[in-house]
Amino acid sequence: MAQAGHAAAFRGRTPTRALQPAQVRAAAVRAGTVVGVLLALWGLWELYRYVWIREAWTWPFPVNDTTLPHIHSIFQALGQPTSQGPLLITFLLHAAWFTAKEALVGFGLGAVVGFALAVALVHSRLAQRALLPYIVASQTIPILAVAPMVVVWLKSGWQSVAVIAAYLTFFPVTINTLRGLQSADTAAHELLRSYAASRWKVLWKLRVPASMPYLFSALKVSATASVVGAIIGELPSSIQGGLGGAILNFNQYYSITPADLWATNLIAAALGITFFVAVVLAEKLVVRRAPEQRA
Amino acid sequence: MTVVAISGVTKTFPKGHVTALQEIDLQIEPGEFVSLIGPSGCGKSTLLRVIGDLTAPSAGTVEVNGKSAHHARLDHDYGMVFQDSVLFDWRTVAKNIGLPLEMLGFDRSRRKQRVDEMLQLVELQGFGDHHPWQLSGGMQMRVAIARALAFEPALLLMDEPFGALDEMTRERLNIELLDIWRRMSSTIVFVTHSISEAVFLSTKVVVMSPRPGRVAGTVDIDLPQPRSGDTREDPRFFQKVTEVRELLRGVGADEHGSVLAEERA
Repeated sequence: MAQAGHAAAFRGRTPTRALQPAQVRAAAVRAGTVVGVLLALWGLWELYRYVWIREAWTWPFPVNDTTLPHIHSIFQALGQPTSQGPLLITFLLHAAWFTAKEALVGFGLGAVVGFALAVALVHSRLAQRALLPYIVASQTIPILAVAPMVVVWLKSGWQSVAVIAAYLTFFPVTINTLRGLQSADTAAHELLRSYAASRWKVLWKLRVPASMPYLFSALKVSATASVVGAIIGELPSSIQGGLGGAILNFNQYYSITPADLWATNLIAAALGITFFVAVVLAEKLVVRRAPEQRA
Repeated sequence: MTVVAISGVTKTFPKGHVTALQEIDLQIEPGEFVSLIGPSGCGKSTLLRVIGDLTAPSAGTVEVNGKSAHHARLDHDYGMVFQDSVLFDWRTVAKNIGLPLEMLGFDRSRRKQRVDEMLQLVELQGFGDHHPWQLSGGMQMRVAIARALAFEPALLLMDEPFGALDEMTRERLNIELLDIWRRMSSTIVFVTHSISEAVFLSTKVVVMSPRPGRVAGTVDIDLPQPRSGDTREDPRFFQKVTEVRELLRGVGADEHGSVLAEERA
């Protein structure tokens, strides 16, 4: 009887799904903060330009329309037609979509390989001792040195770009997932031992669910790394359709149309942020944790 | 048939040459509620873990339901409750209780039926969809007990399950546990460092001595069943508490005996 009363009182405290005024206010405050920060950054940029140009300071570099274009000229450039015809924004969005596909395949490949490696390593101390040093060493080789080799092996194409992106993606996934697979405490393992659970069951019922928060913090790093990996991967593959090609191209014309390169960077950053946000949303769907434990 | 038969069990840990258990002999019959009590380092938790085949003895034999402890574990002959509730955060209360049933291959509908029965048994109806972190410590422990009983093991091993709870919650859960014990007609081995808890719950209290861990003596608790809050005020209850305390004093336990620092040997 006392329990029923307790249950009712508890349910009363549980927040319901419907949006409440407090939640709407919180969302408005958050949106306001984002806009405020963007405006402040814009202001700082323009203030810096104004002061450096007026004082003619040359340290760390002389400021003019080429070295540091107006923010509004960068946005204006997006609305200008390119030499090929379409507007720059259209051209860049196409390039971003092209790169996004490569990055997505690379991200998926890297995540799967990274996860599988972690599962293998957690089950074999020998494998851990034998392989881990080489996994770490693989990341000390600059991607610019690895990329041309991948292109030689796989031929130039989006597949080689995806593999290069995967090369940057898998490492954080392996390291974090390994830690996550080992994160369950002794008592939890003993509980499963008392059920005579097989290694396979321990993996799927305990180790993997326990590793999810670790996996997702790795995926957040990997999501942005896969975009960078895809852009870099396009360079030695001489792929023209993506953001890498666009960056290379606008780089050559920087002294004439500097805003084009800045605009390209803007779109590349937006793509990275999109990947990041997608992982954050997926994490919210998948990871159920006590609120204070949520990273 | 004897549920637990321990003969000549010795357990030494190579690190530091600790003898946690020495020549333990103990028989536990069906339907008994046996408490293991003793000062820290007496090996009572180790003994429980040996029965559950979570630790292998260095010498001697342990039989559970006439089988080796190892086979009994593989046959899911016992349920285990730890000091910490060991609930999985990512599972709801109902899914936590259903965990052993998943391991045993119960299908979804049988699982749901058993989980509902268990929720009722520990009086947590309506909490099935909650996550563990939304429950109080006492409620979490009730979920752990429900999980241990879900597949109806004849033997329940409990390692200081109420040690981390406040006095009032502990006393309420003691009464609930006795109620469950009667209804499930199970056998319970219960590790505790509280004398009054041991006397209140048990049909038999096994007092252990430290370094090396040995059985110093057993006290049969023939207080009338079913026990209730009144049992704690019965003169015979105090008599039994005194008897256990005397035994503990003999083995060098704290004078007051009730709050002994505990450590896993």
